[in-house]
Amino acid sequence: MTVLLDVEQVSKQFPAGGGLGPLARFKRRLSGGPNLLPKVYAVDDVSFVINKGETVGLVGESGCGKSSLVRTLTRLLDVTGGSIKLGDRELSLKPSRVFARDRDRARIQMVFQDAGESVNPRFTAFDAISDPLRRLRKLRGKTLKERVETVASQCGLPLQLLTRFPHQLSGGQRARVGIARAIAVGPDLLVLDEPTAALDVSVQVVILQLLQQLKREFGMSYLFVSHDLSVVRLLCDRVLVMYLGKIVESGPAAEVFQHPLHPYTQALVAAVPRLHDDGVERLRLSGEPRSPIDPDPNVCRFYGRCPRGTEACKTTMPALRSFGARQVACHFAEEFLPQVKSAS
Amino acid sequence: MISAPALSVEGLCVEFRTRGGIVRALDNVSFSVEKGETIALVGESGSGKSVTAYAVMGILDPAGRVTGGRAMFGGLDLLSATPSQIAEVRGRDIAMIFQNPRTALNPIRPVGRQIADVLIRHGNVPRNKAQAQAVEMLRAVGITDPVRRAKAYPFEMSGGMCQRVMIAIALAAKPSLLIADEPTTGLDVTTQAVIMDLVNDLAKELGMATIFITHDLALAGQRSARIVVMHAGHVVENAPTREIFEHPRHPYTSELIAATPDSAASLDELASIPGSLPDLRRADLPPCRYSERCPRKIDVCAQPLPQSTSGSGHIVACWNPLPEKALLTPTESAA
Repeated sequence: MTVLLDVEQVSKQFPAGGGLGPLARFKRRLSGGPNLLPKVYAVDDVSFVINKGETVGLVGESGCGKSSLVRTLTRLLDVTGGSIKLGDRELSLKPSRVFARDRDRARIQMVFQDAGESVNPRFTAFDAISDPLRRLRKLRGKTLKERVETVASQCGLPLQLLTRFPHQLSGGQRARVGIARAIAVGPDLLVLDEPTAALDVSVQVVILQLLQQLKREFGMSYLFVSHDLSVVRLLCDRVLVMYLGKIVESGPAAEVFQHPLHPYTQALVAAVPRLHDDGVERLRLSGEPRSPIDPDPNVCRFYGRCPRGTEACKTTMPALRSFGARQVACHFAEEFLPQVKSAS
Repeated sequence: MISAPALSVEGLCVEFRTRGGIVRALDNVSFSVEKGETIALVGESGSGKSVTAYAVMGILDPAGRVTGGRAMFGGLDLLSATPSQIAEVRGRDIAMIFQNPRTALNPIRPVGRQIADVLIRHGNVPRNKAQAQAVEMLRAVGITDPVRRAKAYPFEMSGGMCQRVMIAIALAAKPSLLIADEPTTGLDVTTQAVIMDLVNDLAKELGMATIFITHDLALAGQRSARIVVMHAGHVVENAPTREIFEHPRHPYTSELIAATPDSAASLDELASIPGSLPDLRRADLPPCRYSERCPRKIDVCAQPLPQSTSGSGHIVACWNPLPEKALLTPTESAA
């Protein structure tokens, strides 16, 4: 398999100046420069690859840094450190403002959460789909119209709806517009940020099946961000689990959900309501996540909420270790390994 | 089933006057909830779940009008009661948890004060003791450091904590009926599980009847004893949870189950529901509002809807329902 996107040790920090008055900030500046300002570690030392034609799921709770990670990958934000390689091209060096006009801009496209809110309300469906084509492919006139109509029909959007505005479309139709505008320029990697979160189950099914069909047709890779694990299980080949800026577990989707190794993944899987509940006592997380502002680099990020939480977790941050196709960042991953082996 | 139900809704009809015409949002909605029982109202958006709750609570939008039916709570018909009668019951005996805690809470009042307000108004708690009791309520819903948190404003708290505050407000006066309108949408699954545990435990402790409104069939199944399935303002099926999942009888219920991601092993197996909700403004709405999407439609479907009840109180409003506990097609039995 060829690697399409290679992400290495990417981190993204935001300054968190809040909480300090101007005088305190001035004193800080005097005593040691702006580096001493507290920082939110939104994405912290994250590495993974996406292969050609692969669907990778990214799961985690709100505030864990999914969106920040995705925004650095799509180059809407600049990285603080690390490298993002698309094929042979290093993308992280170009500032995001310059990248907007880059020749590789079209290769990574994004489908946003709710097309009703992410599409310009004054744009008709046609305008919305044609905008990236105009800017990135420089299409005009008849060729533009033809291209828009081709993509619209590929996404199952009736052509007579192209003249409508977002508020005149149903949720499912809006989702189709969002997908059509992203695939119009022929990207290699499509980043989907909870594309079905705002939809009813009956519509969600249709959109998920459309996505799978488009992938088969065009051989795109997907990075699918979601907190709905049952959807991720159906659509994704591989899954990355994120907690407070770090990847805590990754591996083939079916395996990770069947035999989660990291205690956070275990709690996440246990929390998903199932149609046929087996009545097994479920693992519950207590408390709130740790603060992402200047976290102690020697404490496991999950410490405090983790049902284990031993002395070792407080003194060394567990590294992401590989076990076959899977990676886990927990000191005690080995204890759950026998289950996986006996099952496979 | 012998004792009087906590709430019994019979033949509830609600209309909304809009510029585009009259929307018949609810038509002949009936269900009841026993004391100490948890039932779930399930349906897609636009099916009338929330409108049902609002009508029962007497907080419908001014454009909405109850055109028929009764909602018996104790000896009182909530739909024909005077505003002052309802105001006495609402908040004290019937409480509601709203969908979005951030917008439902008062943004310019500390959360402890908001709980105290309810205690003073409905809980017969003297003013000087209310604040202390509010802190106790916060502790009971699992908020750490409640003394400090009682002084916090909603914007200073996370979504999960705001939802806990909402629950504390709803339960402040120890109601006998709780209506939870999508209490966990917008929360993470891990938080959702904790919040639902909390609601379930408190309901059990206080012996409350709970009406739980959700679009998530799997969550409803996990948390309630009985499921009421709604579609376009109709109750299409009402049955014990286990029966609904194992032997759904209304075609819509069975398709809804087959569309839930959890029910299939791969995406291709997942079935979609063809068509969409009918326009409820239409004058020529068919008696069965599902008939235009229904794969089992027959001629008699043009007749007024039947209400058939079979053993264990399995109610289905359909002329041609799926067979009772019999041959299931593979899609329905897939787990």
